[in-house]
Amino acid sequence: MFTMTSTILRNLLKEPATRRYPASVRPSFEAARGEIRNDIHVCTFCGVCAVKCPSQCITVDRKAADWSYDPSACVQCGVCAEVCTSGSLQQARDYRKPVRKKELVVLKGATTPPKHSDPPVTG
Amino acid sequence: MTRTIIPFGPQHPVLPEPIHLMLTLDDEVITEAVPAFGFVHRGLEKLVEIRDFHQMIYVVERICGICSMLHAMCYCQGIEEMMGIETPPRARFLRVIWSELHRMHSHLLWLGLFADSFGFESLFMQFWKIREKILDIDEATTGNRIIVSVNVIGGVRKDLTLEQTRGILSELKSVETELKRLETTILNDYTVQNRTVGKGVLTAKQAYELGLVGPTLRASGVMQDARMLKYAAFDDIAFTPVVETDGDCYARCKVRFREVFQSIDLIRQAIGKLPNGEIAVKVKGRPDGEVTSRVEQPRGEVFYYIRANGTKHLERLRVRTPTFANVPALLTMLPGAGLSDVPVIVLSIDPCISCTER
Repeated sequence: MFTMTSTILRNLLKEPATRRYPASVRPSFEAARGEIRNDIHVCTFCGVCAVKCPSQCITVDRKAADWSYDPSACVQCGVCAEVCTSGSLQQARDYRKPVRKKELVVLKGATTPPKHSDPPVTG
Repeated sequence: MTRTIIPFGPQHPVLPEPIHLMLTLDDEVITEAVPAFGFVHRGLEKLVEIRDFHQMIYVVERICGICSMLHAMCYCQGIEEMMGIETPPRARFLRVIWSELHRMHSHLLWLGLFADSFGFESLFMQFWKIREKILDIDEATTGNRIIVSVNVIGGVRKDLTLEQTRGILSELKSVETELKRLETTILNDYTVQNRTVGKGVLTAKQAYELGLVGPTLRASGVMQDARMLKYAAFDDIAFTPVVETDGDCYARCKVRFREVFQSIDLIRQAIGKLPNGEIAVKVKGRPDGEVTSRVEQPRGEVFYYIRANGTKHLERLRVRTPTFANVPALLTMLPGAGLSDVPVIVLSIDPCISCTER
């Protein structure tokens, strides 16, 4: 009998175990896998991320210099950021904020990047 | 006396996932129970046709929200065996650490739900409060609370630093202290014993013949655990399965409660013996042939059959999950039980329906 009493008394004397979110937010862990961000000026549009993505939520159009992804289909596994050849894809620590509408994230590069195999143009 | 048929589920306050039971009652006593499935089938096995064998790791992980890491581990071990890949020792130990953390948070989740099934809500909250500590360890070390995504073919993706292993050990210490405080409540309390002792009894012979797995089988006195197959680093870690002999709901609760402490011990052993070195080897080529792989999940043994044909897509993937093996136990346990004991008995097998239907 009364096996729970000591736990109840301890809980009454201690601070609450929960946080008053959103007033108090716990900072993300360093390793947390959050939102995917692409630095489009560094991206070479190689398309490796689109091939490796297990949920196939990334689309890369090399000719149009378009990189787009569907955040609601992304499973935040972090594979794309791991395989990115140019280092433009990064996985942030923070989660994506809630949205009212499902929308694609479309990023457009300024120009089509030069192919690395092209010989340098000499005058 | 009138015969009544009562539909139990698929939506019911005590059921975490949808399973439908058609209960035939004679007054208040159940005479027959017929289960029905198919509410959360997603056809994940069929995905092998459009996702390559590396991408499938992230698909099998999502078969179940609670034992995700062990699904991926079982799948990776199967493919590694097929391709003849030797995983580095450090990776094997890291797999043990994360899989035992998964077992801990799954059992703590179940202990909470079980307390809730007989109306002990404050105990439910206490267990889930402790579970948060394990989820925080998962997030700090792997980046996610439940779907940890650490397994790859040939090893693991993440490594543990010395600081992190120290952090895990100190957190486990506080988890152990808090759990010991609840031990008298979950095991000796009058209310708990009144609702669980002698309910849904299965003898060792019945349990073995029904082909049960995991804690449901071990609570009936059969010492069987897939970890005895010494996969991953279990050949270097001292391990004896937790066994109880009574075979009732109380025994199943006791097995799971004791297994949480056993997992703490296994993690301590694994961290103590953690070797240095690589965490993954490079994988070349494509799988060919067929293989079966078994791993002990929190609910029991999971079985994977994988057939490949040398292309990047597998030919067939078949998963037999522990709940699929444990549901027949309900058909033996429920007849003869009172209607008020149905939630406790159903919860006592730790049903995971998403696993079962895939």
